Order: sequence, then C-alpha cells, then structure tokens
Amino acid sequence: MRLKLKYFGKLAETAGLHEEDKDLESVQTLAELKTLIFEEYQFDESETIQVAVNQQLDENKTLKEGDEIAFLPPFAGG
Amino acid sequence: MSHKKPKKVFIQGAIPPEKIAKSIANHQSKTNIGAHSIFLGQIRADEVDGNIVQAIEYSAYEEMAEQVFHEIRETAFSKFDITCAHIYHSMGRVNAGEICLFVFTSSEHRKIAIEACNFFVEEIKAKVPIFGKELFEDESHQWKVNK
Repeated sequence: MRLKLKYFGKLAETAGLHEEDKDLESVQTLAELKTLIFEEYQFDESETIQVAVNQQLDENKTLKEGDEIAFLPPFAGG
Repeated sequence: MSHKKPKKVFIQGAIPPEKIAKSIANHQSKTNIGAHSIFLGQIRADEVDGNIVQAIEYSAYEEMAEQVFHEIRETAFSKFDITCAHIYHSMGRVNAGEICLFVFTSSEHRKIAIEACNFFVEEIKAKVPIFGKELFEDESHQWKVNK
C-alpha cells in the first residue's frame, strides 16, 4: 500500500523531512503505521502527537492506497 | 450566504495595524451592526533560561487548517447570531510585539459579538494545525505549545 506521509513542526525537524511516499506492505491500520514511524524516526511517545488521515483526525480510520497521513505535534496557533 | 464561502485566513508575516483599521472602516456601511468584538494575538518576548524570544515562525498543515477554519466558522454562525466574522492568522516570521492573530466578530448587540469572538479564539487555539517555532536571540529555538 502506497501512502503519502507528512510531518510538521518539531516532527519534521526530528524526522529530517517534511513529506515522503512510502510503500508499506506490512501495514494495514493506522496503529501499525504509527508504531512503525515512531520507531523509525524516534518520535517521543510521551508528547502529544495527533495523526490525521486525509486531513481528518480519526484514529480509527482504516488505511487505503493513496491516503495522506499527517503527523502533527501540539498546536500553537494564536 | 456569505459565510459559506471558504475564506483565505493565512497571511504572510505580521498582521499590519492598518489592516485592522481598514476592516473596521469596511463595516461602517453595515448599519444593522451595533457591536464589534476584536481579538488581537501579539507575540510575547518570553524569557526562557535567560534567552529572550525574538520572533515566532509559524507553519501549518494548510489544507487541513483551511478546512478546520471553515468548520469553526460554520459552527460559530449556527451557535451565535452574528452578522459577520473575519479571521486572519500569520504564516512565517512574526517579531515580538507584532500581531499574529486577528479575530473580528460583529453583531447587533455586544454580548453575542464578544461570546462569538471568544469562541473563535478558543477553537482556533485548540483545533487548527498551526505550529510555532520560537526563535531566540542566540539563534536557538524551541517549539511553542498552546496552554
């Protein structure tokens, strides 16, 4: 399954990139993807990190080909 | 209905005071309005371990942010009897002392305008994927987190 992954703010800094396309055969769910990415980029699990699927915050969404997954650090608007 | 249209929220750099004055002037023809409420967010020169914040560099997940701004507008218009509402948020660098958020709500009466303005500010801070890098004088930085 090919996914577009996006990283923002502190997470883009930690990962060293803003976005990438990944072909992930072993991943079916968002939880599996999170585990994989958190491990790969050593994101700090104690921090509040939200994950959006196609711009929606819904952790229970199932993943499908071409989805855009965004890893979001705490918001700081205003 | 004018509030149904997606509106451009982000502007590059600080929000100039002239823009705020012009927004007020633009409403003088709308004589059904009896009250405006304005919130202005300003960059604070916080001191962290002896280091002073010089500026905040804003970035956002823009596609999602525009959508969330739109949802907040829709909710605000269904909750409050407001005549109109305008929101502007900075992208990129904004120096300490400059304005980074401008929320402007108008209604027939003050209470609704004030409540709606407060609703917008709280929702924006909690729900919009905007990120802020606090830049210090010694060129180090830290990432801002809304309290």
